[in-house]
Amino acid sequence: MPAYEAPLRDIRFVLNEVLRIDTFSNLPGFADATPDVVDAILEEAAKFCSGELQPLNQSGDEEGCHFDDGKVTTPKGFKEAYAKFAEAGWIGLPCDPAYGGQGLPKVINFAVEEMVCSANLSFGMYPGLSNGAYNALHLHGTEEQKKLYLPKLVSGQWSGTMCLTEPQCGTDLGLIKTRAEPQADGSYRITGTKIFISAGEHDLTENIVHLVLARLPDAPAGIRGISLFVCPKFLPDAAGKVGERNKLACGAIEKKMGIKASATCVMNFDGAQAWLVGQKHKGMSAMFTMMNFARLAVGIQGLGVAEAAYQGAVTYAKERLQMRSLGGVKAPDKPADPIIVHPDVRRMLLTQRSITEACRALAYWAGMELDIAAHHPEAERRQAADDLVALLTPIVKAYLTDHGSLAANLGVQVFGGHGFIRDWGMEQLIRDARITQIYEGTNGIQALDLVGRKLSVGTGRLLRRFFHPVTAYLETAAAKPALAEFALPTIKAMAKLQQATAWLAQAGLKDPEEAGAAAHDYLRLFALVALGYMWCRMAEVALSKQESEERAFYQAKLAGARFFMAKVIPETNLLFTTMTSGKNAMMAVPDDYF
Amino acid sequence: MKVLVAVKRVVDYNVKVRVKADGTGVETANVKMSMNPFDEIGVEEAVRLKEAGKATEVIAVSLGPTQCQETIRTALAMGADRGIHVQTDVELQPLAVAKLLKAVVDKEQPQICILGKQAIDDDANQTGQMLAALAGWPQATFASKLVINDDGSANVTREVDGGLETVTVKMPFVLTTDLRLNEPRYASLPNIMKAKKKPIDTLTPEQLGVDAAPRLKTLKVAEPAKRQAGIKVKSVAELVDKLRNEAKVI
Repeated sequence: MPAYEAPLRDIRFVLNEVLRIDTFSNLPGFADATPDVVDAILEEAAKFCSGELQPLNQSGDEEGCHFDDGKVTTPKGFKEAYAKFAEAGWIGLPCDPAYGGQGLPKVINFAVEEMVCSANLSFGMYPGLSNGAYNALHLHGTEEQKKLYLPKLVSGQWSGTMCLTEPQCGTDLGLIKTRAEPQADGSYRITGTKIFISAGEHDLTENIVHLVLARLPDAPAGIRGISLFVCPKFLPDAAGKVGERNKLACGAIEKKMGIKASATCVMNFDGAQAWLVGQKHKGMSAMFTMMNFARLAVGIQGLGVAEAAYQGAVTYAKERLQMRSLGGVKAPDKPADPIIVHPDVRRMLLTQRSITEACRALAYWAGMELDIAAHHPEAERRQAADDLVALLTPIVKAYLTDHGSLAANLGVQVFGGHGFIRDWGMEQLIRDARITQIYEGTNGIQALDLVGRKLSVGTGRLLRRFFHPVTAYLETAAAKPALAEFALPTIKAMAKLQQATAWLAQAGLKDPEEAGAAAHDYLRLFALVALGYMWCRMAEVALSKQESEERAFYQAKLAGARFFMAKVIPETNLLFTTMTSGKNAMMAVPDDYF
Repeated sequence: MKVLVAVKRVVDYNVKVRVKADGTGVETANVKMSMNPFDEIGVEEAVRLKEAGKATEVIAVSLGPTQCQETIRTALAMGADRGIHVQTDVELQPLAVAKLLKAVVDKEQPQICILGKQAIDDDANQTGQMLAALAGWPQATFASKLVINDDGSANVTREVDGGLETVTVKMPFVLTTDLRLNEPRYASLPNIMKAKKKPIDTLTPEQLGVDAAPRLKTLKVAEPAKRQAGIKVKSVAELVDKLRNEAKVI
């Protein structure tokens, strides 16, 4: 398994120097998040991830979860690691202090999540799902529900799930069949089968809080007839003491390609007692508020895997001796040069790293805007932040997870045959990353969300939240001689994006299939512009610190920016061409062709 | 009962140490620094004494430049109650540290003073012993187990060359930690947050009436010589011959 060392310097660079989180000290939670405290938090999280979680990554993958008569056992070491993780309070980092959380900014939590995902993606699923359940209950639960469930979810004593998928419905949740029957005492009885339920059953916590989408008897058909329920594995009394077993059980766990230490369960509800969360028939909108957080969190998973893959690959590329450099012998005292001398190996490493670093900046930016949307004193600023996050969410989810897979693949390629065998742990990264492109809405759905939903809100209001400040920034940046090198290619890409948006507005309005056919390319085009913008901002900071003691660090940032501008952002031209070629290459093909 | 723990800021154990180009010392600019691992064990032991109801207060002391406060904060996040920072930019050698700690001990009157058996940067293994001598206290060094008795004494198991030795010491005493004494905990997030609010007093050697000037002069610091490539021998006889006549080890 490649050793993982949290990229703390890079993380601090984004938080402190690029996003300047210290300038938001007037927001709740940010006042405590002074750079020294953030440092201490990140360092301790890094220590935990390298010391406890990463050593269980490969063994967890080899062993997987065990299923025996409804009981699920996680791989060796997971129970102990989870107990330590919960004990150390990491689950409560972004949570409301009223329920035992630390109330720290979400953006700090993003950094910690990235490290957890780099160290052990499977492990991260368990607290990640609890966080989703926490968000849904915190936003939509009654006071009583919050008092009962939130402290236990925050402390990690209980964990959570999101029970959405059923055998006949994944993407299309309007097809949900699970029923909820009202009872005389105001509770409900849930009956139905849910599949692909991450952390649905396991041995880490004394109770599991399921959030279940189901249909009431009087529900209208389709997506507007779905309600959200909370359904605990063990029924707690008002004081939170676990009691009787609820009528639900895990029927099986899936055998999967990756994240094998995360239990993916079939959950059978057989008249299980549950309580309504939020309003009747409004379950989808309640679920969506938590799904938006979850989508950003999945993007972070992609980022985490990409970083781990780069670290593994770069270490190997410096040590592996094969062939001589095309430019003349570089290590005459050795039988061959390290493979890092070869242009193609560098292409792979820099593709991993330059995109990963920009993805980190983009994701953390979204995280900070989430905090602003939640806490800023001015309504106008809150709305602007909320709009921006809504726009960026599908981009972060889809692009970062696509990049996670790409980076993991490049990691294996750098290792050659040794990447393909299991010992080195590089192939596991590919298998683990693969699901991130699928769950929480496939990346195809993310692209549709962007072009179908996000672009049309308020006649392009969300878009303007990105276009206006970014264009203004780039124009100023282009006027600064040292920065122009990075700003000009980004401005070119931005122009393509604006043209693409105009094309989409016209073609898509006439024919929704055109929008659907263009969605994938458009999302990637948008993402590359956003990453280019992040690189400009990073380069601006790096340029201002060329005299610092850490000159080498800032030089490296400029090198990353240069690679991105030379070798990555030009893909926007290609994407623009393929996108505007229209739907016919796909849609004019007769059905019997397939 | 108060427990005083000395914590030193050193180059992180994961960092590959490099010698400065001019040979005056090791490179510390832009190098990750953290608490000496033996001192972490000391903090853990002190916090455990407090959790067991044996100690009432744990004080972490660090000596050196401003950044030592970060190391004290780490100790506070692990559970120490307050910190003392003796601020100085002069190079501190074991004798000066022992004298400064002696002055802090006089001020605070702890019953146990815990130090790492050595720091991983200079590997001196002297400070605890010197402190005990200066204070006129008993010392139990290289501890792998500490049991506090009801009569104000403690049984300490020490790791010595021949195995394990158990000694009884009367309070107050100096304890230096060995690796097997305990496994330090991860600081919890709530404790990291609380640590920010715990007090750190700052003192100077002058205030403590100690002359901390170095007594030893570093002449030169150099990297260990590069290991020569090995050779293959053709027979056992040749090996024996080389061991006897070239390496002169048999």
